[in-house]
Amino acid sequence: MERLQDDPIRAEDLVREVRGDGDGAVALFLGTVRNRNAGRRVLHLEYHAYPGMAEREMERIEHDAAKRYGASRVAIVHRTGRLEVGEVSVAVAVASAHRAEAMEACRFVIDTLKKTVPIWKKEYYEGGAVWIEGAGDTPAR
Amino acid sequence: MKVAVRYFASLVERTGVEVESVEVAPGDDVAALWERLEKRHPKLEGIGFRPMAACDMEYTRWDRTLEGVKEVAFLPPVSGG
Repeated sequence: MERLQDDPIRAEDLVREVRGDGDGAVALFLGTVRNRNAGRRVLHLEYHAYPGMAEREMERIEHDAAKRYGASRVAIVHRTGRLEVGEVSVAVAVASAHRAEAMEACRFVIDTLKKTVPIWKKEYYEGGAVWIEGAGDTPAR
Repeated sequence: MKVAVRYFASLVERTGVEVESVEVAPGDDVAALWERLEKRHPKLEGIGFRPMAACDMEYTRWDRTLEGVKEVAFLPPVSGG
């Protein structure tokens, strides 16, 4: 399950969506908006996505996580639009029979998302705003 | 033949548009399209990185020809998460 949304992310929704009775573990990762970056005070953020392609790339990661780690189900939700400091920008939930696969798969999902999913962050400071570009190298397929 | 070209993040600020329709010649690849776009939007020159390209929402190499492609997107290095 993957989606972009303008509304606040409710982590408990993702947990409910991924967990099944065969699962003994749910790993949950939340990315939150920090008040500083590279020495500057961040006032708020804005996320822009390429709708359609972003979900497609997220779905690909979910599929890979299930295949590589044997995760039962994976959910990824990413915010778009304006976010304040402290808000959840991204949530990943992975359900699995056992904790090790769930935690490894969860890490794989967030690490890959940051490299391949077409979403960009703009940071707003006192007296300016900057597009952040380049958390990683994006592979051509 | 025409393709829809989409820009994201700082590229929107350099071109002033999010999407535009561009005429391409038969046999043109992504790189040829980009050269055309640099002429149309001089601020695209010297961006300091080579954007990723996607054809119809799939990452693609720059030597991919645009035959049958409806939409080409130029993507700065991503920064979600």
